[in-house]
Amino acid sequence: MRTDLDPRGAEATALDPMAVASYAVRRLKGETDDTFTLELQPVDGAARFSFAPGQFNMLYVFGVGEIPISISSDPLKPKTLWHTTREVGTVTRAMRQLKPGAVLGVRGPFGTHWPVDECEAKDVVIVAGGIGLAPLRPALYRILAQRDRYGRVVLLYGARTPADILYRSELERWRARFDLEVYATVDRAMSGWRGNVGVVTGLIGRAPFDALNTVALVCGPEVMMRFTVQELQRRGVRAQAIHLSMERNMKCAVGFCGHCQFGPWFVCKDGPVFRLDRLREWLGKWEV
Amino acid sequence: MTQRRQNRPPHSPSPRAADRGRVRFDRPEFGRLLGGLAAQGYQVIGPTVRDGALVYASVTSPDELPVGWTDEQTGGSYCLKRRNDAALFGYTLGPQAWKPYLHPPTVRLWRARAGHRELDRLPEPAADPPKYAFLGVRACELQAIAIQDKVFLGGDFVDPWYRRRREGVFLVAVHCGQAGGTCFCASLNTGPKATFGFDLALTEVIEAGRHYFVAESGTDRGAAVLRDLSTQPATPAELAAADRIVADAAAHMGRELDTRGLKELLTRNYEHPRWDDVAGRCLTCANCTMVCPTCFCTTVEEVTDLTGEHAQRWRKWDSCFTTEFSFIHGGSVRASPRSRYRQWLTHKLATWYDQFGTAGCVGCGRCIAWCPVGIDLTEEVRAIRRSDGVTLAQQLTA
Repeated sequence: MRTDLDPRGAEATALDPMAVASYAVRRLKGETDDTFTLELQPVDGAARFSFAPGQFNMLYVFGVGEIPISISSDPLKPKTLWHTTREVGTVTRAMRQLKPGAVLGVRGPFGTHWPVDECEAKDVVIVAGGIGLAPLRPALYRILAQRDRYGRVVLLYGARTPADILYRSELERWRARFDLEVYATVDRAMSGWRGNVGVVTGLIGRAPFDALNTVALVCGPEVMMRFTVQELQRRGVRAQAIHLSMERNMKCAVGFCGHCQFGPWFVCKDGPVFRLDRLREWLGKWEV
Repeated sequence: MTQRRQNRPPHSPSPRAADRGRVRFDRPEFGRLLGGLAAQGYQVIGPTVRDGALVYASVTSPDELPVGWTDEQTGGSYCLKRRNDAALFGYTLGPQAWKPYLHPPTVRLWRARAGHRELDRLPEPAADPPKYAFLGVRACELQAIAIQDKVFLGGDFVDPWYRRRREGVFLVAVHCGQAGGTCFCASLNTGPKATFGFDLALTEVIEAGRHYFVAESGTDRGAAVLRDLSTQPATPAELAAADRIVADAAAHMGRELDTRGLKELLTRNYEHPRWDDVAGRCLTCANCTMVCPTCFCTTVEEVTDLTGEHAQRWRKWDSCFTTEFSFIHGGSVRASPRSRYRQWLTHKLATWYDQFGTAGCVGCGRCIAWCPVGIDLTEEVRAIRRSDGVTLAQQLTA
């Protein structure tokens, strides 16, 4: 892991991997119909939360349970922590009911991160599907903060419908920039949608980047990632330059519970961000 | 990091161990071995007969050991039988392994009170776990403990619950005098002779009207325990008798596993039709994972009281054979029994090598004996090896 991005909490977590820190909900923002963002601040007020783009936290709701959620805030603004998630289970349902001031437990940050430093002097293609944009947003913040260090930066985003587009106003702001190419597509359009219709992989063929000098960061449903890497490789992007963020069930985040295994990998500590050439023989298999 | 490494329990005997030589003590002396361990503050855990099986439990006198009992094991079957002698360790293995003592089935991680400004977390464990002496540890079980040491102590994160129990455990190994019908430790080079990781290692010898133990120490504290017993230097004849017993066990393994290229074999046959075949028999009951001495997976449960003011986090053994195990929003990643059996077997015999440098299997055969339908992983591997590379389409048209 890169030293300039080393998380503050790593030492404490190594001593007691189950230790939680208390964070207060500052704001709960509804994103789409079934997604929302929690804005958290440490209860002790002073602490900064250092993390690297792509890492995740374990968030604990008192009396309900604990789940892994990627960090979606700006790593250069470590005073508040944002987590965007979809309301799909007991814990996320309880989270959505939290009021400002409510206290959550936070463990982390855990896992590998997007290789934003490796992207320097290269074109960067970010391919996101649905809520897969959430763990990619910190990488984009980091890149935009030092925009001149990178070549072309392209964001390809796919959602199910126009109503499912995450961070919509932010996407629109990004799309207005001269130094960022944003292409969005939806699986199913509704009246009023004038943009692309179709899967996100359809955008890869015509996106402006130099395949031989590109780093690709990909996050979305597993099936979307399988087709995305095929398209990227068809364009000529090398496997070593493609990075994916995987998702598996997790209970501990430190490699003890066994739930997150993906072939030989523990997604919690060997991932969630993997270089494609390390995953390749497993990515094409089902029910791994 | 440095400190954690130093805290790791010893895995191998000190270099001087080999020089100490082997000694003999007679069966009547055995009570003093137990007494000596107890006097040093150890709670001795050893084999006892309970519910028709050998169960590791607290032992204070040799009479509580399975005197004159043996076990017969085969696929889906385990049964205790009387021996015609009074051997203390004349059996092969019980269902249980030492895992429950080092990695308990349930652990309370912490308790918390609902607080207004912060989580009022009361950390666990509050009390020190007992200081254990394990009596009758088999060679395969020493390897299993070494494997779990790697899982819980060998990485960037250390499991404090495992470490507190593991540190200071006194290990009395007993070399196997008989191989069970489901044993294949010889295939994996994990037994039947204990070669590392013990404080004391014993061979039980009953012949020509004599009943004695040949003992060697693996650590200084093992040697100290031995010094308090009335021992004699073992004669060449006694050493030969002890070695013969272990060699005999090695020659009578009930099962065999060909480990040549095992990881590659299973990896390239990830879509082999045999997985469908075994899925047709597997009940996904998780018995194999519960009796397996290396399976380490857990889940976490949240428990609250009626007031909602107090919560507890419990860690419990879990199994990759359940559908919940791999559940993420939308469903289970491993929805089919085929994929769940495949995950278990390929983890033990293929991906474990990538993760921890060894097989995750020690050849104890528990998963075979305690499988309600007698699925035998050695047979599953053999079937895959026999038809290496076959696809379902080829099999259907054959």
